[in-house]
Amino acid sequence: MAGVQVSNVSRSFGAHKALDDVSIDFADGGFYALLGPSGSGKTTLLRQIAGFDFPDSGRIAIGGESVERVPVEKRRIGMVFQNYALFPNMSVADNVAFGLSVRGEAKAVIATEVQRALDLVQLGKLGGRRPHQLSGGQRQRVALARAIVTKPRVLLLDEPLGALDKALRVDMQIELKRIQREIGITTIFVTHDQEEALTMSDRIGILRDGGLVQEGPPEEIYDRPRSEFAATFLGDANIFRGDATGNGIRLADGTAIAAGSGPTLVAGAKASCAVRPERIQIAMDAGATDGDANMLKGQVSKRIFAGNNSTYFVDRAGQTLKVIVQNTGADRLTEGQDVVLRWSPASTVLIAAS
Amino acid sequence: MATTRFLEWLGRIYIGLLLAFLYLPIIIMALMSFNVSPFYQLPFDWTTEWYASLWQNDQLIAATWNSIEIAVITTIISSVLGSAASLALFRYEFRGKKFLQALLFPPIAIPWLITGTAMLIFFFGVGIGRGLFAILLGHVALALPYVIVVVSARLHTFAPELEEAARSLGANQWQVTRRVTLPWIMPGVIAGGLFAFAVSFDQFVVSYFLATPGQTTLPVEIYAAIRKGFTPEINAVSTIIIVVSMALMLLTARFFKFGGEK
Repeated sequence: MAGVQVSNVSRSFGAHKALDDVSIDFADGGFYALLGPSGSGKTTLLRQIAGFDFPDSGRIAIGGESVERVPVEKRRIGMVFQNYALFPNMSVADNVAFGLSVRGEAKAVIATEVQRALDLVQLGKLGGRRPHQLSGGQRQRVALARAIVTKPRVLLLDEPLGALDKALRVDMQIELKRIQREIGITTIFVTHDQEEALTMSDRIGILRDGGLVQEGPPEEIYDRPRSEFAATFLGDANIFRGDATGNGIRLADGTAIAAGSGPTLVAGAKASCAVRPERIQIAMDAGATDGDANMLKGQVSKRIFAGNNSTYFVDRAGQTLKVIVQNTGADRLTEGQDVVLRWSPASTVLIAAS
Repeated sequence: MATTRFLEWLGRIYIGLLLAFLYLPIIIMALMSFNVSPFYQLPFDWTTEWYASLWQNDQLIAATWNSIEIAVITTIISSVLGSAASLALFRYEFRGKKFLQALLFPPIAIPWLITGTAMLIFFFGVGIGRGLFAILLGHVALALPYVIVVVSARLHTFAPELEEAARSLGANQWQVTRRVTLPWIMPGVIAGGLFAFAVSFDQFVVSYFLATPGQTTLPVEIYAAIRKGFTPEINAVSTIIIVVSMALMLLTARFFKFGGEK
């Protein structure tokens, strides 16, 4: 096992900068998600770490050893591909055995290790099947078993759950996490699914246009995004734009919004505030005010009922705000109703204009 | 209802005519190889004397062996070279690749008469001259584009991630090719090889240009024999060849499901 250090890695394809000076430290044994929209460079970064492609500049180290010019077959990594890439001409057991067999391991050792890997992914009895006889979830498990049976230093997953349906995906998320914990392997996971990134990983790196936007534990990125992109790409956020004041921003109409966290900005500089929809309270009237809470008036334009919660879209000075309210059985608001929105400064993050 | 039945019958008649068109001449030829009369005369009197006399015709038998030998060697060489070329065209991007791929098709379309003349002139120019070796070289050149086209078509259905997956598991280039890529393209290689065999074994024009009087192939020998005067021995040898090659085809088709199998 080993950690992975990516330092100042850049990679261009023609005029297109796929990776622009990216540095990330993947801790030993951690589960790391690289999250970003398509074209953000997350897959390019994974392929640099795997060794399918070499960076133009920068350094990649696995377990402290520089590997940026080492080809993939010598890097001792395990990889799971988006479409599983199982060898169609081999049985499940032969697929899993492939890495050990090209290494020249003894037949008896291979048989034992293959069985252990298949047991780990709960496919112990299916070794004799062919890949086309398996379901999507089972192929996924075979691909995982094949990748870890060689005891690689790091496990790389390229959108591994993308091809599965929703219910199966949730099962596989739990399963993948369990297996990763069990063998304690450093895992780097590429996804465009924010929920997947939030639920599975110890740390998330958000990429955009080849650059690293923000990096940290899921709670930190969700609660304290440092850019509008991070705030809106990971989860939902209401964004207010205005001029920085001492402790928040002032909107164009003069309304002040206080923020509990964020950088210290020069008064008057362009800035925004982000608030998560579930942090806002919605009511028909102002009620008892508690001094420092942010407060806005608006009108419900739409309500979407989702059983356990409702999402309200509230129009306010040309902006539509989103508010999510848990279903507590309290009176529901109707469309067209005037409402008061309220949330605490602690739920508000100040973001410098980019 | 009535029209459906009518169309169904029309379809059957069409298929029947098509098969008759394809096989009737061959069947008649095969029958005549067992007929006493050397001039296709009826009544049909059963005999195997043409087959017996075939065994005495050393020239025809020598030409047959030459043809088989050249076809087998052509098949092996063009399958190996053609598959390697297809793999290179599939895996690597290089300057002039599109141009090179486009160059593969004209040889299939150029009349063999022209190719044959060109080869004759060229082989004399470089000192190879005529003979069985020249015929072999010519056949390999003719067969290669077929193999490359067929194997490349098969490679188009190959997922490149499979090679990447194999490499990520520590396999070197040779292991990747032998254990992952080759098994996938094998049906294409076999089909390409069959094409190569057919191109070589059926080849008359180019062989005719490159053959010397003593050393020749079966089609050239048959042509020469017909010019001297037709004998049913030709029917006999043709029948043997048809039976053997159809058996080979059916066997191959039985063991390799071309194209379809995943």
